[in-house]
Amino acid sequence: MSSVWSFIQNQVLGMRWLNDLVGAGLTQIGIDPAGYLGGSLQFFIYDVIKIFILLGTLIFVISYIQSYFPPERTRAILGRYRGLKANTIAALLGTVTPFCSCSSIPLFMGFTRAGLPVGVTFSFLISSPLVDLGSLILLTSIFNLEIALAYVVVGLILAIFGGALIEKLGLGTEIEDFVVGSGPGQEMDTPDLSRSERLDFAREETLGIARRVAPYIFIGVGIGAAIHNLVPQAIIEALLGNDNPFSVIIASVLGVPMYADIFGTIPIAEALHLRGVGIGTVLSFMMAVTALSLPSIIMLRKVVKPKLLGFFVAIVTGGIIVIGYLFNAIEHLFI
Amino acid sequence: MHIKVLGSGCKSCDTLTERVRQAAADAGVDATVEKVTDLAEFERYGIMSTPALVIDDEVIMAGRVPKPKDLVKMLERRG
Repeated sequence: MSSVWSFIQNQVLGMRWLNDLVGAGLTQIGIDPAGYLGGSLQFFIYDVIKIFILLGTLIFVISYIQSYFPPERTRAILGRYRGLKANTIAALLGTVTPFCSCSSIPLFMGFTRAGLPVGVTFSFLISSPLVDLGSLILLTSIFNLEIALAYVVVGLILAIFGGALIEKLGLGTEIEDFVVGSGPGQEMDTPDLSRSERLDFAREETLGIARRVAPYIFIGVGIGAAIHNLVPQAIIEALLGNDNPFSVIIASVLGVPMYADIFGTIPIAEALHLRGVGIGTVLSFMMAVTALSLPSIIMLRKVVKPKLLGFFVAIVTGGIIVIGYLFNAIEHLFI
Repeated sequence: MHIKVLGSGCKSCDTLTERVRQAAADAGVDATVEKVTDLAEFERYGIMSTPALVIDDEVIMAGRVPKPKDLVKMLERRG
């Protein structure tokens, strides 16, 4: 049974055969994959193809599922729960609701208008970019299933308790005035979509996202290839290696203002891990890049006052750092 | 026909605006197309995701950018 799973992990998701194929192809045309240039080229070609295949398939499937969860429905569901349970459901729903970060403003306004506590909205906003089926499968392809599951669980915990903490700190009042107070507004009729409409939606999302994300993938793979073969081991070890007690903090702080799709972080995560960087440090970097970004923070500033915004960034960053150290410490349990 | 595209300036909002303008021309309807970034308007129409398409004060859809030919068909139906 475990050899079947190994096969799935290494060949279906990890596509090692593709790496071998590219290597063989390069050798055929006279480029040596064992050398610096050849190695980078092999990694680049293999990774780009692999990511696009994974990306296309994943987004299509996920979008189809997400068509069942428009934000209006999420809001209605959340209205029925209180307390930590509401945070939990919000975090879970965040993983299946289609959501581009430019929607964070109307979504925030919509949730608040319906009377949902700010903490619940934030649980949703934290888990949404951080955790979804896509990241689960990607992490399985780079590392293994145990780590992927652990990442998802830990990401959800961060979302749940991050949101709850924000509420507990009494930051619920730190929203811009215009958000609270107006009535429910025009309630949009959201009829259920037909099967073919769902397929259309899934296809549109896949093409749209693939187009938008493509530059990040190329850049990410480029950086990954450089890390893989060109950056001297000494630098990597000094900055991000396990002997550096600040590696997690460095990775997190570097990642926070950056904006990249999670798919773009994979090749970098892959390359770093192959060069010996600890799992926790790698995960922290990925989480920091996806959970927070300068553009989304700027967006949120329009609906949320600086104090709440500051706490939000601090709590999420702090949580990511803690998670990073935790994973580094228990790494030997997973590998 | 007065069409509003509600969005905060990300790429899909621009794409929808372009497509709507083109679709209006293709469908031969007389329409003004307005790009709206004012948050009070978002509030007023109760939308939860952007970009959103509002025609003659009625919210038609939100959170997706339909294919050009679907837009044309829809505008022809309303026109």
